[in-house]
Amino acid sequence: MADPLIELVDVSKSYRRDTLEIPVLQNITMTVPEGEFLALMGPSGSGKTTLLNLIAGIDRPTGGILRVAGTELGGLSETELAQWRSRTIGFIFQFYNLLPVLTALENVELPLLLTPLSKHERREHAAVALELVGLADRVHHYPKQLSGGQEQRVAIARAIVTDPPLLVADEPTGDLDRTSAQEIMNLLGRLNAEYGKTIVMVTHDPRAAERARKVIHLDKGAFVQM
Amino acid sequence: MRHPLRSILTVLGIAVAISAFGLIRTVIGAWYSGVEASAPNRLITRNAVSLGFTLPLAYRDAIRGIPGVADVTYAHWFGGIYIDEKHSQFPQFAVDATNFYDIYPEFRLPPEQKAAFKQQRNAMVVGRKLAERFNWKLGDTVQMRGMIFPGEWEFVIRGIYTGAEKSTDETQMHFHYQYLDERLRQTTPFQAGVVGWYVVKVQDPKRGAEVAEAIDRRFKNSLAETLTETERAFVLGFISMSETILVALRIISMVIIGVILLVLSNTMAMTARERLSEYAVLKTLGFGARHLIFLIVGESLLIAATGGLLGILITYPAADGFERAMGDAMGAIFPAFDVAPSTQLICALMAMIVGLAASLFPTWRAVQVRIVEGLRRVG
Ligand SMILES: Nc1ncnc2c1ncn2[C@@H]1O[C@H](COP(=O)(O)OP(=O)(O)OP(=O)(O)O)[C@@H](O)[C@H]1O
Ligand SMILES: [Mg+2]
Repeated sequence: MADPLIELVDVSKSYRRDTLEIPVLQNITMTVPEGEFLALMGPSGSGKTTLLNLIAGIDRPTGGILRVAGTELGGLSETELAQWRSRTIGFIFQFYNLLPVLTALENVELPLLLTPLSKHERREHAAVALELVGLADRVHHYPKQLSGGQEQRVAIARAIVTDPPLLVADEPTGDLDRTSAQEIMNLLGRLNAEYGKTIVMVTHDPRAAERARKVIHLDKGAFVQM
Repeated sequence: MRHPLRSILTVLGIAVAISAFGLIRTVIGAWYSGVEASAPNRLITRNAVSLGFTLPLAYRDAIRGIPGVADVTYAHWFGGIYIDEKHSQFPQFAVDATNFYDIYPEFRLPPEQKAAFKQQRNAMVVGRKLAERFNWKLGDTVQMRGMIFPGEWEFVIRGIYTGAEKSTDETQMHFHYQYLDERLRQTTPFQAGVVGWYVVKVQDPKRGAEVAEAIDRRFKNSLAETLTETERAFVLGFISMSETILVALRIISMVIIGVILLVLSNTMAMTARERLSEYAVLKTLGFGARHLIFLIVGESLLIAATGGLLGILITYPAADGFERAMGDAMGAIFPAFDVAPSTQLICALMAMIVGLAASLFPTWRAVQVRIVEGLRRVG
């Protein structure tokens, strides 16, 4: 069997408020193989977002070892970590987080600005990604001219445009109606099945979790067996 | 532009402030323009008591005899009224027609006009701006009423001079001292035979101080003791009377810059606060401090530059408006009132400094905010 894409050993995260130490994640150990589609569930405040942020390298653990896509994250400086993120992770947020001053195409093009691609190549890649999410006819629209489902599809196009091995999604359907949510889940399912993207997704929605290959439940910062 | 109105208001605010700054600098510059115009090889000899006191005409030959003196001319303040008080705010001098323009080459007069002026006893020469103001032409007769020297005076315009430099005063009126003196001998003899001050051309500007001392020594213990100084010092002496006002103006100009710094800082801080989540997203995608600095400083500089440019452009009509508002008093106070290139440069520089300074805090904030914190602000 190949090396796991994600490996957490004894990872803890706590916040300090004044002198009080608030544990959020406690001694999490887990592996996620390449090609997995994992759903993280659990009550509000259980630490799902925190765990996802650690895996995606936008937050650092207080203890333990994190190895993602062959890199031990603890050993990276902030700059190295930023570079690593741009190569390895595609981000999908609950509120899409598109830049309102940029068109769909420009939003998707954004991560490519950090690559050595030419302007023309960037446009082309971005157009392909938008095509893949079914928005070829909306490339010059601004976010506020798009529906929530369309905005999230632009965000997904932005996440995959650099072709990263791992997609992280924090409640990607949390702000959408049922039909749009279904479309988004179809899209993520395709990305996993056809394009081999490993996906870690936080969700409250059981219907969304159903689409994943595996579901992990988190409560008070620890895994629970169901 | 996320908030067009806010951006436009900020740009306008900067424009108005920069133009006010430019206007004040121009006023200060105009005040000193007389100093710039002063020649290094000219000394002014006046009564040691004050400018209000006169010197005997007989001093001229004595001064001429002092070693180092190349030439001597003189002038006497006329103080006449043309039409009415309001119209008379321009310098009027009775001068030595024989050599006045030799010692003041910056008053440029065509040779035939100079000759015509010398020939006629009641001829006068006026500056270009003054002639324009009253629509005077060569050959016009001008009636004036003497305030210091009683009676009606009649002059004929025989010359219109132009300034050699921008800072040259083009609002003066010159006429024959002889014309004045001859009439005074008949009407008010106690006023005759004296001049306001002597203008001494020295052979070597480096020895100006030495010559000045020699002149004053020559008239020591005489009826009218003299005080001789370089023209520059003489003009500066005038200005120092209003030094406090100038200092106040300078302070105001700096306060204005401070105010626009606050305005732009506020706009930039608001903008940055709203965009914190966007900056967090950019960081998440792998963009570094470098990119954020470029974005925020760039935006701030763009606003400041637009406002600054607009401000510099409206300084010109503002200066014209100021000149008109000051009306006839203008020429008397500011011989040369123009927006100098150096003023534009300083305005542009100030706008840039303000743009940079205003973006410091937002940039720092955006760079140091942790991604997870910035992202949490969404929604
Ligand atoms: N910056 C912080 N300072 C202090 N406590 C924090 C901070 N960030 C998160 N926490 C705490 O960590 C715990 C887990 O937060 P997290 O956002 O991971 O929960 P979650 O499972 O994603 O919840 P939700 O489903 O509501 O999004 C919460 O109790 C939260 O209050
Ligand atoms: Mg969460």
